[in-house]
Amino acid sequence: MTSKMRWKIVLVLVILVFSAWKASYTFRFLSLTDEDKAGMETEQVEALESQSLQLGLDLKGGMHLVLEVDKEGLPADEAQDAMERALEVISNRIDQFGVAEPSIQREGDSRIIVQLPGLQDEQRAKNLIGRTALLEFVPIAPTEQTDLVMRALDRALADTLIAMGELSAEPPEGLPESETERLAREHPFSSRVRFMFELPFVAIDDVAWVEEQVAILDLGEVLPSYPDRPGDPRYRLGWGEESRTGPDENEYLPFHVMDAEALMTGSVVADATVRPGLDPDYPNSPGVQLRLSREGGRVFAAHTGAHIGEYLALVLDGVVQKAPVIKSRIPAGTPTSITGNFTDEEARDLMILLRAGKLPAPMTIVEERTVGPSLGRDSIKFGLRAMLIGGVLVILFMLIYYKAAGVVAVGALGSNIFVIIALMASLPVSPKPALTLPGLAGIILTIGMAVDANVLIFERIREELRNNKTIRAAIRDGYERAFMTIMDANVTTLIAAAVLLWFGSGPIKGFAVTLSLGIIASMFTAIVGTRVVFDLITVKWNVKHLSI
Amino acid sequence: MEFLVGTHINFLGHRKGAFILSLVVIAIGLVSLGIQGGPKLGIDFEGGILLQVQFEQPIAAESIRATLAEIGLGDAEIQHFGSGREAIIRTRDQGGEDLTGAIVTALNEANPSNQADVRRQELVGPKVGGELRKKATLAILYALFGILIYISLRFEFKFAVGAVAALVHDVLIVLGMFSLTGRELSLPVIAGFLTVVGYSLNDTIVIYDRVREDRRKLYGRSFVEIVNTSLNESLSRTIVTSLTTLLVVLCLFFLGGEVIRDFAFALTVGVVVGTYSSLYVASPLVVEWDIRAEARRRRRPKK
Repeated sequence: MTSKMRWKIVLVLVILVFSAWKASYTFRFLSLTDEDKAGMETEQVEALESQSLQLGLDLKGGMHLVLEVDKEGLPADEAQDAMERALEVISNRIDQFGVAEPSIQREGDSRIIVQLPGLQDEQRAKNLIGRTALLEFVPIAPTEQTDLVMRALDRALADTLIAMGELSAEPPEGLPESETERLAREHPFSSRVRFMFELPFVAIDDVAWVEEQVAILDLGEVLPSYPDRPGDPRYRLGWGEESRTGPDENEYLPFHVMDAEALMTGSVVADATVRPGLDPDYPNSPGVQLRLSREGGRVFAAHTGAHIGEYLALVLDGVVQKAPVIKSRIPAGTPTSITGNFTDEEARDLMILLRAGKLPAPMTIVEERTVGPSLGRDSIKFGLRAMLIGGVLVILFMLIYYKAAGVVAVGALGSNIFVIIALMASLPVSPKPALTLPGLAGIILTIGMAVDANVLIFERIREELRNNKTIRAAIRDGYERAFMTIMDANVTTLIAAAVLLWFGSGPIKGFAVTLSLGIIASMFTAIVGTRVVFDLITVKWNVKHLSI
Repeated sequence: MEFLVGTHINFLGHRKGAFILSLVVIAIGLVSLGIQGGPKLGIDFEGGILLQVQFEQPIAAESIRATLAEIGLGDAEIQHFGSGREAIIRTRDQGGEDLTGAIVTALNEANPSNQADVRRQELVGPKVGGELRKKATLAILYALFGILIYISLRFEFKFAVGAVAALVHDVLIVLGMFSLTGRELSLPVIAGFLTVVGYSLNDTIVIYDRVREDRRKLYGRSFVEIVNTSLNESLSRTIVTSLTTLLVVLCLFFLGGEVIRDFAFALTVGVVVGTYSSLYVASPLVVEWDIRAEARRRRRPKK
């Protein structure tokens, strides 16, 4: 035996042993049942998992979200670091939500990819991640200013409706006009608004109508503006979160007229905690208690001191959560709270949103892929079944067609799968390539295609044997001649796989990874690995007849 | 055991017939595509939602359809499987905030004793759909282009043209089969197409390699004769590899589950067509090119 051959044997053995050792972690981890995991130390499970092949979201279940940050309307300097801040806020929210091993990545200059494995309640997670969560403390306009705004809305709406021919400027001739009719004609807007407890409300049935009218009007023109900034309205309109039953038993939604500029925003919230029994109106619901920063407390104290008897709204993403009356100056350090008919979960989510802060810009979910854990388990089951049966069929075929040489090829095929798993579990890239369902299909496809290298070699050896060459010469020439062909054929498949790697996200990438690794692994096992075995057989044991 | 060794099949003699067969099959696919106004694009490329639900008991597709019609999703597509308990619902409609939630609520209200469990849910915005469509088209073009370059470097240009023509042939036929069987193109299917491209090429190159070798070995014989010899010599390998690959992709198709069935379908058709095209399209086209170039050279008057 030459020393070159000895080295080759050592190399093959080292790689195979290493692969088998690496792959064993994966087999051990994946064969753990939930009960096994419960019986083990958390660190033990984690250590095993970190050494194991990672499963993609489509196999273990979970949610893949692509969010787009809407940077339109942001000043240039804010737009620049909007992505960094959005990433930070989302990370904070997910951290507090408590998902194991989330992945949050930036993609391009306006998108964020969030992956949450093993998630149960996807709707809740979506609300939590995508919400802007802009909290504002906004003074509500005092009564006389609210009246001013209502009258302005009435005038503007009457003009618009008259211009559209939907309203007549004069009372109808002849018939006496009823009070309701006169009100509707002269005050088309405020006739639909009802004042209760000093604040304006709109009947639930009229909410859509009011929204429509407000959308038609150019509020910048209509509402009173700042004296030094014409066209910049001093007020804004906002709905309340919860409806109330009016004296006529109908449901009414609060319709607030507030200052356009907030007194302060959520950035003054130093901490938020869920507390029960914060609000006697909702004795059974938890609320969220807010502790303000020093600066926030000072502003709060100054404002409440100067505006006793007025209302102050807590607005979250444009919706008024509550609008209490200021009874007295609230000294700095006094906690405030957001309460309502919350479930425990809702209160907790609100707390998370307030703690993590607001997103710098609104976000929309542009892509979502969620796989439930049961489907993931089924996919693994189906995939493994297809792999097992496909593998057995190929093995049988190879054994029948190539006899003893077939055994060598089957050995190469088995090692090939170990090498793929070991490579995927230990590639030094971050994030580690995960095994997805198409990835599993890629491995199955590799089983069919990996034997190709051996088929090429064996067919060549058979040809050489037919030309009456000795076994050793036939093997040598067979490998040599087949080598370039195998290289050429595999490079082209690698080109296709590389394009897929560039093009694909998630599952497709998983397929490209297993396909490329499979090809590379098969070139090693089928060319180097089997050669060593054949050389051993022919040189060491001096076999004279080759069963091929 | 051995088969297809020492054959003398006149592949090139049948090339005209093979070309006609290929053109007819491609034409059928194209007509089907034409009638349907192009390939049927899944939500990955058009935007929309996909919902895979599993019911506690079997449920009729009509019942699901009726429920969806009630909430204004009458044009949703329903794919029913898994002994009648599972269904995939696809709709282009993006709906409002939570369309999937609305669908599940409607289904559960319509069948109070047979609750639906959401097993998979996908949403693709129209903008993302457009981007993915562009990316998928580019991916296929880049792959073909990269292959054209690689083969031109390793072989002569005419071989590259033959190989790429065979690939276009394969992709067109698989696309036609998708149209004929009413299957949608999705991201995994595009991955399947690219794999078909890689696989079919694998076969073609093995034969080209053989032609290159036989040209040296059989110096003096006509090109047609040489290529025919190469095709016959590599025939057993072509068939053996195709068989083993076909075995596994069929296993994937029948046993791999609904999620990757279309992907496996693309591979199954692709392996069969790819094998055929390596024998009857790629090399015969090179021969055809060679014969015509030769004829042109002869017609040219000698100076």
